[in-house]
Amino acid sequence: MDHKKSNTKVDRRQFLTGVIAASAATAANTIAPVSAADAPAPRAPSALPPSAKGAAAETGTPRDLARESARVKGIPGSDFMVDVIKSLGIKYLPSNCASSFRAIHESLINYGGNTMPEYLTCMHEESAVAMAHGYFKISGKPLLTLCHGTVGLQHAAMAVYNAWCDRVPVIVVGGNDLDAAYRPPGVPTFHSAQDINAIVRDYTKWDDTPVSLQHFSQSFVRAYKIAMTPPYGPVAISLDAGLQQEPMRDHGAKPYIPRYVPTAPPQGDTGAVKEAARLLAQAQNPVIAVDRAARTAAGVGLLVQLAELLQAKVIDMGGRMNFPKTHYLSSPPTAVNGADVIIGMELSDFWAVVNSFTDNGEHGGIGANGTRIKPDTKLISISSIDLNTKANYQDFQRFQVVDVPMAADAEATLPALIEAVKAAIPNDRKSAIAARGEAAKKTYAENKARTRQAAALAWDASPISTARLVMETYGQIKDLDWSLVASEGNVSNWPNRLWPMEKYHHWLGRSGGYGVGYGAPASVGAALANRDLGRFSVSIQSDGDLMYAPGVLWTAAKHKIPLLAVMHNNRGYHQEVMHIQRLSNFRNRVPNLGGDMGPVGTSIERPDIEYHKLAESMGWWAKGPIKDPAQLGPALKEAIAVVKSGQPALLNVWTQPR
Amino acid sequence: MKMFKLRFFVSTAFAAVALLSIEVMAVDAANGKAGYVKHGCWQCHGFVGQGGIAGPKLAPEPMPLAAMNVFLRNTKGAMPPYMEAVLSNDDLADIHAYLLSIPKAADYKSIPLLNLP
Repeated sequence: MDHKKSNTKVDRRQFLTGVIAASAATAANTIAPVSAADAPAPRAPSALPPSAKGAAAETGTPRDLARESARVKGIPGSDFMVDVIKSLGIKYLPSNCASSFRAIHESLINYGGNTMPEYLTCMHEESAVAMAHGYFKISGKPLLTLCHGTVGLQHAAMAVYNAWCDRVPVIVVGGNDLDAAYRPPGVPTFHSAQDINAIVRDYTKWDDTPVSLQHFSQSFVRAYKIAMTPPYGPVAISLDAGLQQEPMRDHGAKPYIPRYVPTAPPQGDTGAVKEAARLLAQAQNPVIAVDRAARTAAGVGLLVQLAELLQAKVIDMGGRMNFPKTHYLSSPPTAVNGADVIIGMELSDFWAVVNSFTDNGEHGGIGANGTRIKPDTKLISISSIDLNTKANYQDFQRFQVVDVPMAADAEATLPALIEAVKAAIPNDRKSAIAARGEAAKKTYAENKARTRQAAALAWDASPISTARLVMETYGQIKDLDWSLVASEGNVSNWPNRLWPMEKYHHWLGRSGGYGVGYGAPASVGAALANRDLGRFSVSIQSDGDLMYAPGVLWTAAKHKIPLLAVMHNNRGYHQEVMHIQRLSNFRNRVPNLGGDMGPVGTSIERPDIEYHKLAESMGWWAKGPIKDPAQLGPALKEAIAVVKSGQPALLNVWTQPR
Repeated sequence: MKMFKLRFFVSTAFAAVALLSIEVMAVDAANGKAGYVKHGCWQCHGFVGQGGIAGPKLAPEPMPLAAMNVFLRNTKGAMPPYMEAVLSNDDLADIHAYLLSIPKAADYKSIPLLNLP
């Protein structure tokens, strides 16, 4: 982490500057009370007097020294910034320390008392942002993170992108020595830029570079407000080091802190809601497809109301826990096949809900597309994504023509839609709707039995099957108020298929941008929020994901964040294992395995990483490698006892690939 | 589309005829297990053919060898093709023998963890 430290030259310069400034200040303090009349007569010059410019250079206080001196004397600007931050009730501040925000760092822990927010020591900016990401999905409250200007924000960038794609607010503040004439030379210059926000501008909702304290207070409250208005998203503020360090200046009025008033989320147009209700009420087989429709637990309840009103099957794409998996209307993605009306809510990819793509090497290698729905199926969309797009990143996916599109927040629109559907259902449709529900109950029971029989396959296999991994874990936590804080779907989605997910905090969705490295830090962030709510946090931790920034394990131990991490250690970047095999097959070649199980460049074996030792070295209780399924249950019992005592625990489990 | 269908039919027919002899070949399930790993079948279908999100189950009760051969050489779906130059008929027969040797899974109703509410 040398890139965060000033080099020796800079330290020496700053040290000397400090010494000179202190001496100057002492001298000034001593001399100041003496009046001109009491001063002794000047000595006769022994040489020609210096020019005015020369005298000023030799006897005047250089500007940077004046800054230093004034900073010592006045109220630091960064203290006011802490007042602004405190006004918003931000509880934690995960961050990797850096010189470009040393002033606000000092104010936070000394002036601010290191509370609201509490500084959490992170070992990578990506971890800090992902922790904030996971924290929000449990608490509904955004966190602030501080990043070093260029290199720190570059580290943070992937996690910011995940938050953007996952519609999660994170307040990212980057320290920056903007004034090129006065910034320290050397490393601080490498770590500064004219516009550091440009690094993340394509995937943040808004950014600003405040140039005064009043500007800062307005920018910060505005950033918070924008981030927290659906569609949520990360925001960035470039914070000048000089502005942090300088004392507060009175420009005729003391800076004020604007009051935060939440903005009401956008609702669907009344006419469009009515038309959607008419189509749904008249449909023979309506289907509801949701991805991030439920922003809160209340959203889950609203979706249940709508689904039951229509007895419509619900496909939960898994961006959040939108709909209880135990509900008989919970259905697999194939439910779109016979639909005549489909309403999509906050779908990140409507196209893929109603179309298929097969990566089969056909059509010059680009694969084959096909429709999954009848040609006359009516499509309705309620999505706030339409309100928040950028040109460079295409996370809105392929273009899908929709009959009734609404640029609106789904959860905010649901109450009006439910009322409109109630009014639109004709009496003569009610028995048909009820019959639809009875048929759905039968299908649900059949699907459930099929899924459980599929889970029984390879039950006693070693490496341990992913279904066994997931159910052994569930067996040990089922009586707790549990929260699955991360699982990237690499375990064949068994938790979503087998666990009775009903509450909003049972499932948090995935990373958003599929930037690998999200799982471990987001789990720690979510576990932090769950800790404060008295819940038990569990993650299915992938091996490749953990190795991007394993330092977050230390952060969890350091800050006593209880989390059970059950590893899905399949010893490879398995998605890529399959990709290279696929391409080799398309080209009629045998992949070069290089002595590993997967193609060269995709395996994580020889040497096998001892994740349990890695975790132990950072203060976790850990055990492994567990290869025998019979040993998993007892190990889980031990680990859970540790987590219940307030510490994190990790089990390194060797698993089947998927 | 017609051309494609005709081509598929012809290649399928040839493959089926060729495989009449494979059915009676000596097969080695142990070799098949090694081949199953070497040729990457485990990647999508798991080490004991249980399947998962990336590929359907292959065992127990795999499809007949002849059908598997035809499918592997001609697939246009999510499964990438395995041509004979990559996976010989002999190796495929061994792999099929390995899949046949995998015992049937227990009824989920006999596994307490799969009966939790």
